[in-house]
Amino acid sequence: MTFFFEVLIGGLLSGVMYSLVALGFVLIYKASGVFNFAQGALVFMAALTFVGLTEMGLGFAMALAVTLVVMIAGALLTERLVLRKLVNQPQITLFMATIGLTFFIEGLTQLVWGSQPRGLDLGIPDQPIEWVLDRAGIVVSQFELFAAGVAAVMVAALALFFQKTRIGRGLRAVADDHQAAQSIGIPLHLIWAYVWAAAGFVALVAGLLWGARNGVQFALTFTALKALPVLILGGFESVPGAIIGGLIIGAVEKLAEVYVGPMVGGGIEGWVAYVIALLFLLVRPEGLFGEKHIDRV
Amino acid sequence: MLYREAGQFKTSYATDQQIFPIRQDRVAVVALAALAFVVVPLIATQYWLSAILIPFLIFALAALGLNILTGYAGQLSLGTAAFMAVGAFAAYNFVLRVPGMPVLLAFVLAGGCAALVGVLFGLPSLRIKGFYLAVATLAAQFFVVWALVKFPWFSNYSSSGVITAQKMTILGIDIDTPLRKYMLTLTIVTLLALAAKNMVRSSIGRAWMAVRDMDVAAEVIGFPLMRTKLTAFAVSSFYCGVAGALYAYAYLGTVEPEAFTLDLSFRILFMIIIGGIGSILGSFLGAGFIVLLPIFLNIVVHWLNGVAQSLFSASLPASITSNLELMVFGGLIIFFLIVEPHGLARLWQIGKEKLRLWPFPH
Repeated sequence: MTFFFEVLIGGLLSGVMYSLVALGFVLIYKASGVFNFAQGALVFMAALTFVGLTEMGLGFAMALAVTLVVMIAGALLTERLVLRKLVNQPQITLFMATIGLTFFIEGLTQLVWGSQPRGLDLGIPDQPIEWVLDRAGIVVSQFELFAAGVAAVMVAALALFFQKTRIGRGLRAVADDHQAAQSIGIPLHLIWAYVWAAAGFVALVAGLLWGARNGVQFALTFTALKALPVLILGGFESVPGAIIGGLIIGAVEKLAEVYVGPMVGGGIEGWVAYVIALLFLLVRPEGLFGEKHIDRV
Repeated sequence: MLYREAGQFKTSYATDQQIFPIRQDRVAVVALAALAFVVVPLIATQYWLSAILIPFLIFALAALGLNILTGYAGQLSLGTAAFMAVGAFAAYNFVLRVPGMPVLLAFVLAGGCAALVGVLFGLPSLRIKGFYLAVATLAAQFFVVWALVKFPWFSNYSSSGVITAQKMTILGIDIDTPLRKYMLTLTIVTLLALAAKNMVRSSIGRAWMAVRDMDVAAEVIGFPLMRTKLTAFAVSSFYCGVAGALYAYAYLGTVEPEAFTLDLSFRILFMIIIGGIGSILGSFLGAGFIVLLPIFLNIVVHWLNGVAQSLFSASLPASITSNLELMVFGGLIIFFLIVEPHGLARLWQIGKEKLRLWPFPH
């Protein structure tokens, strides 16, 4: 039973890591209806830029600040050069554009910083917390707990941002109806720029945590693929959905890996999350917290 | 002046319903076919055949399959490479395990297997739509590749999971030279493209398009939603499966499951976006573009290298050139989407309309 709980908690905590990436997707989808495939590339870009800057001798805070500036500049450029030209195009076109963007960002990042894998140390060791290990005999990684804490703070901050600030309200209005929002004077382009900047910030946080755990390397871009099942499970439009979805996917994935994996020869973590999400979708086609679409003829 | 349909009267139903109603188009198509079947085999070099023309035709076939599903039936799929993998491995196993199995029949059966898998992963489309479905098709992508790696039976217990395509013999002729492989591929692709063209302009194609444009409305006016969507998945996967079999047999010769990655799925998706969604011609144009682009980029980078060498007597490192390629590829896709979101097929159509008036202004 202890083993079960250990696996469960490990899964839940790694699920939080997925949620961090999924959050970036949700932000952009919510505000502009763009399914931003480039989120994984943004995570990669943020982590690599940060590591590159620290290697150049910048301090932690300074590197963080510069990376944030780079991410925001990238977001503004994306809005200006790509999204603004594609207003009113079908969603699939915008989706394709973000795939193009993925290639571009991957190429640019590696061109600037080189493609060799690097380590990233945030100063939080990936060790079990002794207190819990002594009391309950369960291994809980200190690092993953820290990541979960960061995710919780981010979700709270985002919720406040959406509910309480002027920009947040404008953002929800834009998400509801582009044209209506524009006609009552909400600056659409400005809002989109904010959202992409926020997604860049989320990518930075996710990039630091993922980079610290797995090393900063090209494989970071695949975190996007880990986040997608979380996304469809939770619903594209929902911030809480991204969190809950992440927890479910993380937990079930780990449990399946431990209990079902040996039966079929292992290596199932690549697709089991998708199958879980798929089964969920058969019951709730819009995900857990997605907006229900009413089709009218 | 030359491209004018004035004076071409249709006096029978057959002439009214033909694929190319304008005589000039028919002449052009016959000329194109003559070029592909007669002139190309006479003049093309080995390199052109095996590095450009054969992959172009195979990718065009896969793009055609995806276009049926995404462009005509409106179901976005990111699992094209998985269906190709099913086709490739099914063909291999049919030839391997059934003695005396003719290669062509194996291809058809491989397409059938892919169609079955396609229907299986198409079932969720009855409940899920749009991006939710696109992500769900990723399940097919990862599951199929995993299964092919995990169960060595599929690759006949070869140590690294790599399969080597058997020799192909059709009617006593060994298909071993690039030229013969090209002719085989060309024939199959032409036949399947013709079938696809006829499908999309008959009742089944109209049903697909009705479902694409609005599935609720289509259901209300009496299209069976389930059958329509699943036939789209089946036909599309059949095409992808045959393309996958050809990919293994006519193009690469040896393939491993990891050759059918998500990247390949994306490349085929790019083809139909750049070529034109919902257009048979677009599949070919897009495939040509995506196959030729890396080669073209390579030449440009080579040239840049030469310039750099003569100026600074130093050449660019390989990592820089590959990253530059990645950037240009991504940038071009965005550029294309901004300039012509309806793809090359739309440009072609605009050109033809202009040509009808030429040389008069209107």
